[in-house]
Amino acid sequence: MSFPAVLRSEWTKIRTVASTVWTLAAAAVVTVGMSALLCVFLNSQFENMPKEQQLAFDPTASSFAGMSLGQAAVIVFGVLVVGTEYSTGMIRTSLAAVPRRGSFLAGKLLVATALALAVGLVTSFVSFFTGQALLGEHSIGIGEPNVLRAVFGAGLYMAVIALFAMGLTMVLRSSMLALGILLPFVFLLSPILGSVDATQKVAYFFPNVAGSRIMQTVPAVLDGSEPPYGPWGGFGIMAAWAALAVVAGYAVLRKRDA
Amino acid sequence: MIEAVGLTKRFGAKTAVDQLSFQVRPGHVTGFLGPNGSGKSTTMRMILGLDQPTSGQVTINGRPFRELGNAQRNVGALLDAKAVHGGRRARTHLLSIAQLSGIPEKRVDEVLAVVGLQDVARRRTKGFSLGMGQRLGIATALLGDPRVLLFDEPVNGLDPEGILWVRNLMRQLASEGRTVFVSSHLMSEMALTADHLIVIGRGRLLADMGTQEFIAHNSAGFARVRAAGNDQDGRKALAAALTAAGGRVLQEPDGALRVTGLELPHISDLAHGVGVRLWELSPHRASLEEAYMRMTQSSVEYTSTEDPRAELWEPDPLALPAWEDGAAAPEVPQDGFFAPPPPGAGGKPFLMPGSAAELAGTAGTAPNNPEDTR
Ligand SMILES: Nc1ncnc2c1ncn2[C@@H]1O[C@H](COP(=O)(O)OP(=O)(O)OP(=O)(O)O)[C@@H](O)[C@H]1O
Ligand SMILES: [Mg+2]
Repeated sequence: MSFPAVLRSEWTKIRTVASTVWTLAAAAVVTVGMSALLCVFLNSQFENMPKEQQLAFDPTASSFAGMSLGQAAVIVFGVLVVGTEYSTGMIRTSLAAVPRRGSFLAGKLLVATALALAVGLVTSFVSFFTGQALLGEHSIGIGEPNVLRAVFGAGLYMAVIALFAMGLTMVLRSSMLALGILLPFVFLLSPILGSVDATQKVAYFFPNVAGSRIMQTVPAVLDGSEPPYGPWGGFGIMAAWAALAVVAGYAVLRKRDA
Repeated sequence: MIEAVGLTKRFGAKTAVDQLSFQVRPGHVTGFLGPNGSGKSTTMRMILGLDQPTSGQVTINGRPFRELGNAQRNVGALLDAKAVHGGRRARTHLLSIAQLSGIPEKRVDEVLAVVGLQDVARRRTKGFSLGMGQRLGIATALLGDPRVLLFDEPVNGLDPEGILWVRNLMRQLASEGRTVFVSSHLMSEMALTADHLIVIGRGRLLADMGTQEFIAHNSAGFARVRAAGNDQDGRKALAAALTAAGGRVLQEPDGALRVTGLELPHISDLAHGVGVRLWELSPHRASLEEAYMRMTQSSVEYTSTEDPRAELWEPDPLALPAWEDGAAAPEVPQDGFFAPPPPGAGGKPFLMPGSAAELAGTAGTAPNNPEDTR
């Protein structure tokens, strides 16, 4: 049993199950669709926006704003890739064929993360160009400063949030539990804590909050609430969270009975 | 070759497997028997490195499973037929597992044909029946053409044709020199399939011996004797004579006597001696089921309790001798199970159930079973 064999097997597993295929497709469609709608809206309402907002307008980030919703599908993808092994009992069949659990985990994470990255990149580029086309005169070119970094960053964000979800599911060994923690965390806790002054500083270090900094090209200078890290610093924080989840997941997989 | 040494597994306070040591040798089908919850599946999971033993160890061809280089070529296992992703098609499920060991795609189609699933190969497995799932699990075990095979209740849910097929498959695999370790609750099937038995109860080893030896050791055959006509006196006289000669006598519901401890010719002579004509004198050979039940009686953890309705039923006066009408041996189906009393248990002249409770106990837990090693 070699590592490429594990990769081939995990690839077969992912592509032969409808749920993983659909969640990734949903991530792309939701992100591109929502972003496009927002860009149409922004373009038509731009003149009515307050002056400060016009100045701080970030055409790049706006063109994949739909990712804030699309990431839900990527999270579900990550959770399902790992979680269904446990919920179906497939994990025992898998581990009875791959005694080295490290190889099994690495293979699974590598294939699923690479796939999330590929889908993420395609999504972010399509979303960017679609959005710019719809923004009309307020659009920005890919060659402008920081823009390419933000578009790539959006793809990376997708991959790392998926990896984080997989690591956490490995620890919890249950899709339901993982989704029950991740979705409220991303869609309720982060925005709520992020909007209250007292807790904002904590929220800055949440993986999704820190990671999304890489998608912005304009610093939020106007309200004076700039996070204490740059785009790559924020991405690094998110990556550290994902690494932590994966290491914890590996420890659980190695120690616990399957 | 599978070798367990002092294998122990605790789940919290529950000791599922307790100091188990055994060897499963190649070239034989080794049956793995034990009541529900006795630790068979847990032992198999430990063999496959899925569960970590609390203490002790188990090796396959001298090495722990997790250190085997090419696991699937060495060991194939059916643990839980339902352990598949229902959204995946049968063929791609097998393919994903085959790819782990670089097993060619051709082999996937081969094993699908072997287990008879070629027609549903492209169906999602969630629509599979119990038996179809079981066949898919067997296909998984066969994928790597392994030297060692583990099957946890493989015939569970199979149709008679499938059961026969599994029996022949096991025997064939063993005859090719492989190690075949198979658990089952179907005793009649095991008697036909396994040449060697490992029996556990409450996680402990109860027996490790050849199937025939096991049957001979743990059960006694008996003779069925029927006096001519419905001759009450004759029956009484015969029973008295048989008992006097050292036999144990129980009366069956239809009036026949069940005799243990006497050879058939001796019974015939005794009948002749008391002038009783016989309409039946037939040997009853012990079955694996009886032997197994007798051995594991005391280790059974999950027994059904008596239906409370039974208390409405008044047992006949206890003083009646065994052969009196109304006092009957526990009713048995045609060739069903009846556990002969353990040798030397109680030592009563007539083995007559002393009470309804003891009667029930014959089929459940015997209070004073000498085989109880605990
Ligand atoms: N993961 C677990 N956590 C806690 N207890 C467990 C676990 N797995 C098994 N057990 C317990 O260990 C004991 C042995 O279970 P096991 O499944 O090995 O029995 P078995 O011999 O396979 O029974 P059956 O004939 O019903 O399949 C049972 O009491 C069971 O409740
Ligand atoms: Mg079991």
